[in-house]
This record gives sequence, C-alpha cells and structure tokens, in this order.
Amino acid sequence: MSTTLFDTPGPRTRRRILVVNVVGALLVLALLVWVVLGLAGKGQFTAQKWSPFLTRNVWENFVLPGLWATLKAAFFAIIGANVFALIFGIGRLSQLAPIRWVSGAVVEFFRAVPVLIMMIFFYFGFTQSGIVPAADGPLYAVVVALTLYNGSVIAELLRSGVGNLPRGQREAALTIGLRHGQSLRLVELPQAMLAMLPSMVSQLVVILKDSALGYIITYPELLRTARLVGSNFGNLLPSLLVAAVMFIVINWLLTTLAEKTAARLSARTAGPVRVAAPSTVPQDGGGGAL
Amino acid sequence: MGEYLSGFAEVVEQYDVLSAFGANLRLTLFSGLGALVLGTILAALRVSPAPSLRWVGAAYVTLVRNTPLTLVVVFCSLVLWGQLDVQLVSRDEAGWLEVNSFRLAVLGLSAYTGAFVCEALRSGVNTVPVGQAEAARAIGLGFGASMRLVILPQAFRGSVAPLGNTLIALTKNTTVAQAAGVFQASSVMNTMIEFYPQYIVAIFLLFALGFVAIVLPMGLLATYVSRKAAVRR
Repeated sequence: MSTTLFDTPGPRTRRRILVVNVVGALLVLALLVWVVLGLAGKGQFTAQKWSPFLTRNVWENFVLPGLWATLKAAFFAIIGANVFALIFGIGRLSQLAPIRWVSGAVVEFFRAVPVLIMMIFFYFGFTQSGIVPAADGPLYAVVVALTLYNGSVIAELLRSGVGNLPRGQREAALTIGLRHGQSLRLVELPQAMLAMLPSMVSQLVVILKDSALGYIITYPELLRTARLVGSNFGNLLPSLLVAAVMFIVINWLLTTLAEKTAARLSARTAGPVRVAAPSTVPQDGGGGAL
Repeated sequence: MGEYLSGFAEVVEQYDVLSAFGANLRLTLFSGLGALVLGTILAALRVSPAPSLRWVGAAYVTLVRNTPLTLVVVFCSLVLWGQLDVQLVSRDEAGWLEVNSFRLAVLGLSAYTGAFVCEALRSGVNTVPVGQAEAARAIGLGFGASMRLVILPQAFRGSVAPLGNTLIALTKNTTVAQAAGVFQASSVMNTMIEFYPQYIVAIFLLFALGFVAIVLPMGLLATYVSRKAAVRR
C-alpha cells in the first residue's frame, strides 16, 4: 500500500478495505469466468486446438527455432547497440564541438525514427542490393535497425550517467593532473557504465520485444513461427498465447535481474543507480522506448 | 541529381503520403485517449488499499509490458477479429473492413500503452515525498482534502515528463499498426519501395524525416512543459 497516499488504517477503514477487497476479487473472478466461457463457447478449449503443443514436431520445427531466431537477433543487436552507444555517447562528451554536434544529430535522428521504418528500409536495401546473402536479409535488417535505435538510447543513458556523477569526481581527476580524455576514461566512464548497467539490462527487454517487429519483414522469429503453427494447425489463439507466455517469462526474468543488479551496484559508484523503466528514457524528450 | 529528384517527386505524387501520416496521427490521438483512460483506471487500482485490486493492476501491467506490441496488434487482428469475430463497426458502413482494422489497431495500441501510462502516473505519485502526506495529516486534513490539496497536484506535475515520453513512444509505435493491415506511413513506405526500389534512400529519408518532424517538437514541448510543471525540491 502506498504510504504517501494512505495513513495506517483504523478498524473501520480496515473493515471497509476488506469489503472492497472481496468485492474486487469477485469482480475479477467474474470477468475471468466470462472470458473463459466466451472462449469455450467459440471452441477455443478443445483438445484439438492445444494438443499440437504436446507434439515434438511443433517444438522442434517451429517454436524453438523461432525462439532461437529471436534470441539471436537480440544478442547481435545488444552487442551492436553497445558499440554504437560507446562511439556516439563518448562523441557527445567530446571537447570538439563538431564531433559533439554530429554525434548529437545522429543520436537524436535514430531515436526519433520508428524502428519499423528503419527495418523496412534495411530489409529492402539488403535484399535488393545483395550486400548480404538473400536468405539473411531479414536477420540483418532486424539487427541493424535495433542496433541503431537502441544504440542511440544507450548513448543517451551513457551521457546522462556521466552527467549525473557528482562534479567532485571530475574535479578531483583534473586536480591530480589527468586530462579530459583520461578523466573520462579512468574515472567517469567506469562509474557511469556501472550505474547504467541495470538500465541496459532493461533495454535488453526493449530489444527482445522490438525483435518481434521482424514479423512484419518476414524474419522467422518467435511470433512468426507461432503464427505459422497457428495457420498450420488451425489454432491461432493457443499459439499466440504460447508465444506471449515465452516472451513474458523471458522479459520478466530480465527485469528482475535488472532490479537485483541495481541494488547490488549502488555501492560501487558515486552516481545514482536506478532502473529506468522501459518506457521512460531520461532527458530531453525525443525518445521513449516502449 | 536533378533527374533523380524530379523522378522521385513524380513517385511521391502517386501516393498519398500526407494522409498516411494523418492516419498515424489519428491512431496516436485515439489510442492516446484510450490509453489515458485505461492507464488512469489501472493506476487507481495499483495504488488502492485493497490487495485484490492492487494485484489485478500489477498483473495487467507486468503481463502487457513484457509482451511485444507486434504480438498484441497481431492478436487483435488475427484472433479477436479473425477467430472470435469481434467487430467494432457495422458491416453496412462503406469501407467497413478498413474501419474495423483501424479500430482493432487502436484497441491494441491502447491496451498496450495503457500499461505504460499507468506506470507514468504511478511514478508521478512516487515523486511526492512521504513527508508531504504526513504534514497534510499533521495539520488536520482528512483523506479527501490531503489528496485534493497536497498530494495529487504534486503527483500530476511529476508525471508530465514520463507521460510525454509515453506519448512520443506511442506516436512511433503507431507504425506497428501495419501488422493489422492499417493504411499508414510505414505501409505506404513499404509499397513505395516495393514499386520504386531505385528511390529507396529518398523514400526512407522522406518518411524518417517526417517522423523526426512530428516527434522532435513533441519532445521539446514535453521537456518544456515538464520543466515548468516540476515541483522544485
């Protein structure tokens, strides 16, 4: 219960809360029963709709390869995003104004363009130009689009991580004779990167979720293979639900990990450590990574 | 170069790029309103003193926030409409298929964004220090008065920034409506590149800069308003 909003309840309030609690639980139960009955009425709970998921074929040829493709794209994208972020995040902290401007423009551009727009562009670009093997076009498109967008978001995290350090850190570094670059490399960045580690883990959730956009450009990731199961076996609802559950479990584990690391790391940096909610990117608008 | 540009201009004239972006803005408007309503209800549930209501709000947010938006939109179009015959428009209306897929996309976007609006509102409540509520009680304000006069005004001001971010993300996310077959910017871009691959870079830049032109002012405005609204502590 939110301590800001409510005082410790007295006996009368406790009774009232109990009533609301029971009524609320009953309403939720009624809603669930209504949904289940409705679905059963449409024949969504027949064994024939769900039994394909008890066969080896469905897991071996659809679900697991789909999951693997999703994880593969996410893995390459997070590595690419970190490299991109390191280059442009440091670029935004450069002492040379032109480098700062260019890095800033690049980061702001890729944060403002929808990932799907980039994905479609790279999909056609790669498959038509033949830069990459035709069969791998969709994978490359997903990875590059996710890299550019998430790299920009992480670059901003890096910049704000350095900006959130107490001024004394930099002042001390300069006082003992370190130059700008040395102070950045030896004092500020290590602490900033530690502080942003939890946010980066939750950015991984964003990457995993956005990899499902590959569905639209025919990348055979989990959502697409689930849909294939759905059309092969005439069980779209069950297959999409199975895919959703897999996404939810993986992402929930990652979120929990992010919160755990945040708690453990706060002792090792002078800056604030917190998990930026996947929805909110700190600082000056432009972003927002749902 | 001049030839390339004039050729590209001819291509652009064949497609209704402006009304494609208009569709994204309409999707943003309706989904934004839907998400605001849903998010407010969810936030009220999540901070309520009754555990069962809190649990429902938390469960919804956790489930929806960890699901890909593409999956939500595909679910709305393929399952709600294709399997369960959920129809959001009467069949007698002209172009009812397009209207129906538009409304299904709005439904999916609202259901998804609502979870983020809820978190934005809740983080606004979290910016209010406990001392404010304690002080309100100490000077004798009751529950209603301390909410109305002390806590909620500060909470709303604190949630402007995350709400702005959510709106910007929603604007970009409206492109995912392509998965439900809705006519909007990304689907028009898709068709244009398919038929005129020689102009792929120009087409991409046109749509990318279109979004930059929509999203950047929104970001600046959100930052400005949230700075104005923020309670200095």
